[in-house]
Amino acid sequence: MKKLLPIAVSLAALTAMNVSASTLEEVQERGVLKCGVSTGLAGFAAPNDSGQWEGLDVDLCRAVAAAVLGDSEKVEYVPLTSKVRFEVLKSGEIDVLSRVTTWTFTRDASLGLNFAGVNYYDGQGFMVPKALGVTSAKGLDGASICIQTGTTTELNAAEYFKLNGMTYEPVPVETSAEGRSNYLAGRCDVYTTDASALAAQRSVFEDPTAHIVLPEIISKEPLGPVVRHGDDQWLDIVKWSHNAMLNAEELNINSKNLDERAANDKDPAAQGLLGSNDAKLGAMLGLDKKWAYNIIKQVGNYSESFERNVGKSTALKLERGLNALWTNGGIQYAPPLK
Amino acid sequence: MSGMQVQEKKTVTLGSLWRDKKSRGVIMQIIAVIGILLFLGNIVSNTVENLDRLGVKVGFDFLTSPANYDINQTLIEYDSSDSHFRAGLVGLLNTLLVAGCGIIVATFLGFTAGVLRLSNNFVLSRLMQVYVEITRNVPVLLQILLWHGIIIHSLPVPKRAEAIMDMFFATNRGVYLPQPIPQDGFGWVWIALLVAIVFAVLFKRHANKVQEQTGKLIPAIWIGAAAIVGLPVITFLLAGAPIEMSYPVLKGFNFKGGFVIKPEFMALWFALSLYTGAFIAEIVRAGIQSVSHGQTEAAHALGIRPNFTMRLVVIPQALRVIIPPLISQYLNLTKNSSLAIAIGYMDLVATIGGISLNQTGRALESMAIVLGVYLFISLFISALMNIYYKRIALVSR
Repeated sequence: MKKLLPIAVSLAALTAMNVSASTLEEVQERGVLKCGVSTGLAGFAAPNDSGQWEGLDVDLCRAVAAAVLGDSEKVEYVPLTSKVRFEVLKSGEIDVLSRVTTWTFTRDASLGLNFAGVNYYDGQGFMVPKALGVTSAKGLDGASICIQTGTTTELNAAEYFKLNGMTYEPVPVETSAEGRSNYLAGRCDVYTTDASALAAQRSVFEDPTAHIVLPEIISKEPLGPVVRHGDDQWLDIVKWSHNAMLNAEELNINSKNLDERAANDKDPAAQGLLGSNDAKLGAMLGLDKKWAYNIIKQVGNYSESFERNVGKSTALKLERGLNALWTNGGIQYAPPLK
Repeated sequence: MSGMQVQEKKTVTLGSLWRDKKSRGVIMQIIAVIGILLFLGNIVSNTVENLDRLGVKVGFDFLTSPANYDINQTLIEYDSSDSHFRAGLVGLLNTLLVAGCGIIVATFLGFTAGVLRLSNNFVLSRLMQVYVEITRNVPVLLQILLWHGIIIHSLPVPKRAEAIMDMFFATNRGVYLPQPIPQDGFGWVWIALLVAIVFAVLFKRHANKVQEQTGKLIPAIWIGAAAIVGLPVITFLLAGAPIEMSYPVLKGFNFKGGFVIKPEFMALWFALSLYTGAFIAEIVRAGIQSVSHGQTEAAHALGIRPNFTMRLVVIPQALRVIIPPLISQYLNLTKNSSLAIAIGYMDLVATIGGISLNQTGRALESMAIVLGVYLFISLFISALMNIYYKRIALVSR
């Protein structure tokens, strides 16, 4: 019953607690942001050798903390399995969920939650050992497939195989570690999950080159941060913390050049973002002037975060692809700071 | 009379009620019940209010919408376009399957180990002691993970699996066996089996009656067993052996055809049986030791043979001690089967309480269903065992 315990605890919290009206006030009073993350997914949220959490999802938590508390280190990370994440968020135990969560209609419309944007555009893929000699997902008829449960992944797999008239044996796994163990032992021929997570998993294999990710991407997986329904101010803060990083990249402002840009830049958009003119963008969110300045100073712009965590120089070696700015052929597009 | 009535009326005040031991008890109980009701009411209204503010509707309508996910072990027809309800049913049957198989093996193991622990053979009794002490002192979750690990890491992948006797394959994706597929005419065998069982039961009753009236012993159990085995076999042969075997054959990634026992099921089954078996062994040992040696000696003094002493004197008395804790062990095994989720065995918790919960987000409802079903299964097992217990309980004449 170990996996049920967190659900039971959050259900208990749901039955007993009255979630207070303003998440912003609560976080500022507490002095620390509670952020729900993965239980350990390289590149997105995983503790490094010195125990510090790192990753693209972690950077989003840090950005929100920098905007709200002025310090990106004031985050308490709550590792959550995919199964308990929504209940824990709903019960008010965390302030924001940043855990490779796919934005879907059902989740948005029926769970009492709101998605605050997309910090990574992903799609579901298949990884197989090279030795298997499979080059296309169409050649997987009859295979055993390890699928992480409690995600959109198992629905996509069921749909894909049905549409293509193929059969398969689903092997449900609960955690990434269990998935790796099953896959490497040969319990399953194929490992399927979001392509980024496959890259993350492969990066920790003993011999990553012995495995390939098949070219087919079978689903749309817009991954993003989630907040509770009903606190629009908090939704705006999380949404614009992410957008600030995107706008900074678009304006070519990064953690190295921002002081110089804040002092000298004539562009009103850059000045507004960095709080060096009278635009008072921060006040509209209920934050101080330096909210975005703090994000960029302490966390960096989107490109810096991407390259540091999942980019070419990391073990994951992911291309920007869909996640390039709209000006560079991608679809990351932040509304203007006006 | 009238004087007493006046006195009684005078004394019924709040203070006197409180001083009276009996009425004070009643008052306290009423207060306690009201307190508990208020507490529960508060929880329910808070939950409803909180969910309402989040805009979440509570209801079981999601059960009829398509589940959209696949399950690898299904005892009934199931397809990803079936409803969440049917997915839950598949999970429930998987729970019942592993619990049922587990209870049978655990009982067998437990009775064997319990009796052998009392045996005069030093090696056997020590061996059983080692088994009991090791398995019952290690958390069952670890044992499940251990068995799963052993199976998936030690057995070969299908491509490297070698046939045992040309028809069995042991792989880390399951043990493949030839599967008999009944053809036309096999129905007669089932009918023969049914007839044989009815005959065996009636014959046993008749034998009991004969024994009560005349003291004559008829070996009814052996005759019954012979009928149950013999009649269907004869019918099967007469009907022209209407059966076809489906053998497992390696095709592509996996074996096709035949019958497969999945590693997740095996790991859960082994671990639960061994774990619970160890507890049952101790219960059986305690039960046998609780029957005083004087009973055996008295039976021998009456000239009853050792074999009958055990069957008619010791075991019936031991069972009265064994059954109540045995019920608890059966319930424990059933509930422990929910640990299936750790290795990905698709039981009730993994379907309705897992994937369905996650896809629909209906945590309260899904958990309520899972809790309700476990409660029902447990009460059902408990009721069955209590009926049996009543039948064997000491009848005072």
